[in-house]
Amino acid sequence: MATILAVDDSASMRQMVAFTLKAAGHDVVEAADGQKALQAAKGKNFNLVISDVNMPVMDGIALIKELRTLPTYKFTPILMLTTEAGADKKAEGKAAGATGWIVKPFNPDQLLATVKRVLG
Amino acid sequence: MSIDITQFHQIFFEESFEGLDSMEAALLELGGGSEDAELINTIFRGAHSIKGGSGTFGFTEVARFTHVLETLLDQMRSGQREATRASVNLLLESVDALREMLTATRDHSAIDAPRIADLIARLEAMLGHEPTQATQTKSAPAAARTQGWRIRFRPHADILRTGNDPVRILRELAGLSNTGDMRVQVDLSAVPGWDSLDAEACHLGWDIDLHGNVARAAIDEVFAWVVDEADLHIAPLENAVADVAVEADTAVTGELVVERRRSEDRRQGEDRRSAAPAGDASSIRVGINKIDALINMVGELVITQSMLGQIGDSLVQDGTQAQIEKLRDGLAALERNTRELQESVMRIRMLPISFAFNRFPRLVHDLGGKLNKQIELRMSGENTELDKTVMEKISDPLVHLVRNALDHGIETPDVRIAAGKPPVGTLHLNAYHQGGNIVIEIGDDGAGLDKQKILRKAVERGVVSAAEATGLSDDKIGDLIFLPGFSTADVVSDVSGRGVGMDVVRRNIQALGGSVEVRSQAGQGSSFIIRLPLTLAILDGQLVRVGEQIYIIPLVSIIESLQARKELINSVAGMAEVYRLRDDYLPVIRLYRLFNIQADTEDLTQGLLVVVEGDGQKAGVFVDELLAQQQVVIKSLESNYRRIDGVSGATILGDGSVALIMDIPGLIRLTNTPPQAVRKTA
Repeated sequence: MATILAVDDSASMRQMVAFTLKAAGHDVVEAADGQKALQAAKGKNFNLVISDVNMPVMDGIALIKELRTLPTYKFTPILMLTTEAGADKKAEGKAAGATGWIVKPFNPDQLLATVKRVLG
Repeated sequence: MSIDITQFHQIFFEESFEGLDSMEAALLELGGGSEDAELINTIFRGAHSIKGGSGTFGFTEVARFTHVLETLLDQMRSGQREATRASVNLLLESVDALREMLTATRDHSAIDAPRIADLIARLEAMLGHEPTQATQTKSAPAAARTQGWRIRFRPHADILRTGNDPVRILRELAGLSNTGDMRVQVDLSAVPGWDSLDAEACHLGWDIDLHGNVARAAIDEVFAWVVDEADLHIAPLENAVADVAVEADTAVTGELVVERRRSEDRRQGEDRRSAAPAGDASSIRVGINKIDALINMVGELVITQSMLGQIGDSLVQDGTQAQIEKLRDGLAALERNTRELQESVMRIRMLPISFAFNRFPRLVHDLGGKLNKQIELRMSGENTELDKTVMEKISDPLVHLVRNALDHGIETPDVRIAAGKPPVGTLHLNAYHQGGNIVIEIGDDGAGLDKQKILRKAVERGVVSAAEATGLSDDKIGDLIFLPGFSTADVVSDVSGRGVGMDVVRRNIQALGGSVEVRSQAGQGSSFIIRLPLTLAILDGQLVRVGEQIYIIPLVSIIESLQARKELINSVAGMAEVYRLRDDYLPVIRLYRLFNIQADTEDLTQGLLVVVEGDGQKAGVFVDELLAQQQVVIKSLESNYRRIDGVSGATILGDGSVALIMDIPGLIRLTNTPPQAVRKTA
């Protein structure tokens, strides 16, 4: 199964994402902000990154930009967790190199469906 | 796969409450300065997280409320709206409401719906819109169903750089059709020559005929992520013929048919480990009972160590010199390790005092508004740590003192200006460690204590006699406000409370083994200084001997020890004995009589009087001898035996014997009650 990096400053969301993915058999590493995520991403090759947008220290947009500069993450799928209100954030994220998004609120089944979509 | 997401509710509530606290703190800090942008971002993030979480975990009412809140905050964040006093107050109110909503949701109790509706209405009034409908996602025309679609898909060269794989998209499209019939033509016209071929760019395009009953919305969804990274044209199949003609310039075409993948339902269920959600490694939550058990065990270890120490000392008489040296070294090491272990175990229970200080910015903000006073709150030493239990118990007295300083200490702006002071008063909360104590200071730059008024009241209420009043030093006058039944407030205000005065504050602090004093300078302000032990589990004690018994008197309550002189002993009405110490008359407490044991002597001049103070009252405790001073580990008598008046607990001494720890205020109360009553309770 895939190795996935889950990034969110909200512990409950992050753990929910991680737990759901783990239950589906994936390996999951959690990070609480962009900076920590970037660190984790440099230490391991993830097949997928799922990141919240609004986070302290380094937000999701900056994380995506940074990740895309790394050779190993040039083509890696990166999904943003956004809300339906954040249309401009979606565009900003896409411009930064995001693959797509998952709109909050979502349930575990929706998350798995989207992950399945990008992982094939 | 179904996942039980209720297991994350607890974490969601915890982080939401923390988020609300940071929102509140940031709201209170907003001051029109350059840091405001970051503060507003923090506030926005708090609301945003709660909204996302509450939506996900199905708390729709919380989600709806935070949605409105978020909209307002978003306008502030983008600079469309300024943070006015009115909006900040409304936001603070919303934070409160949200806290209550979350509490109610957590406890499965009812939400105060009218209040929430009212707040939403006010938030919307501020936003200046019609009542919001939950933002609806644009749904594609439902009727748009045909027997198929022709899709012209020309990804931009850089589509791969967003992690989007066109093959994946094709596969998804194939999955949409109920018949699985999809024909795909590859457009290779954009593929450059070998020399300019970029392996990281997408040079291909596709024309797709998707047959079957497929909703347009479903196709839109497949392409939703790439609309900006591709040229896309989607049309129903019957109209597509014309489109094909336009594409006649296709230089090279290939053809491939993607079979609809049978949705293989791979079972990963076996692998469903019950992996516990991993939290941040920086802190863990542990039940307080576990820590208490640990602390208790370390306490036992300290006792054992001191027993061994005594045995070692007694061995000095017999045993070879070399053996004794070895034993000594070992015991010294044991003592050192035990102390360190004890200290680090104690530290587990310690929390920074910011937990108690955090409520004050809000309190000061609200009270300042109510009292029409301008107050700047300064806090320092917030990271000073103290025991969790002490923190919980000191919280109320602190609130009382802060309210008091705002109500009575700091003047209204006009009075301050008239006195030549800046209109904004300062309240300073400070905490630091000193010796084995934590010191908390609550200082204001207000009017200071009115000594004449205090004296007048004290005499009026019979706290002191007029004769006594004339000779009192400034310190003693300050002390008067801590006496029972004393309150200088002419009008009982709803700010400082009614009647519950400083005496209660002092009693609560003393119950924690601490002390409080006031320093004041007329016109300059007052400051209350609280000293507290760092923990309730250990006590600095003075060991005293009465006959064969050893008792422990807390060091904080001892003022001095002296040998009684015969001419200063008085008996009042044949009942109570008093000893004259300078200007004071101290009631004498004969421990042997109280506990009904045999003392060495009953003659006051033969033993020692330990002068103690509790609840603002002094007394002389008569003992045979003073022994060592040492730290003792407090064991509860109530949980091991039962409550005894005049005794606050017990400890185990180095030789294994049990010694009682005196409760000085209780002891003084005991001697104030008639002797027969004492006998009944004893």
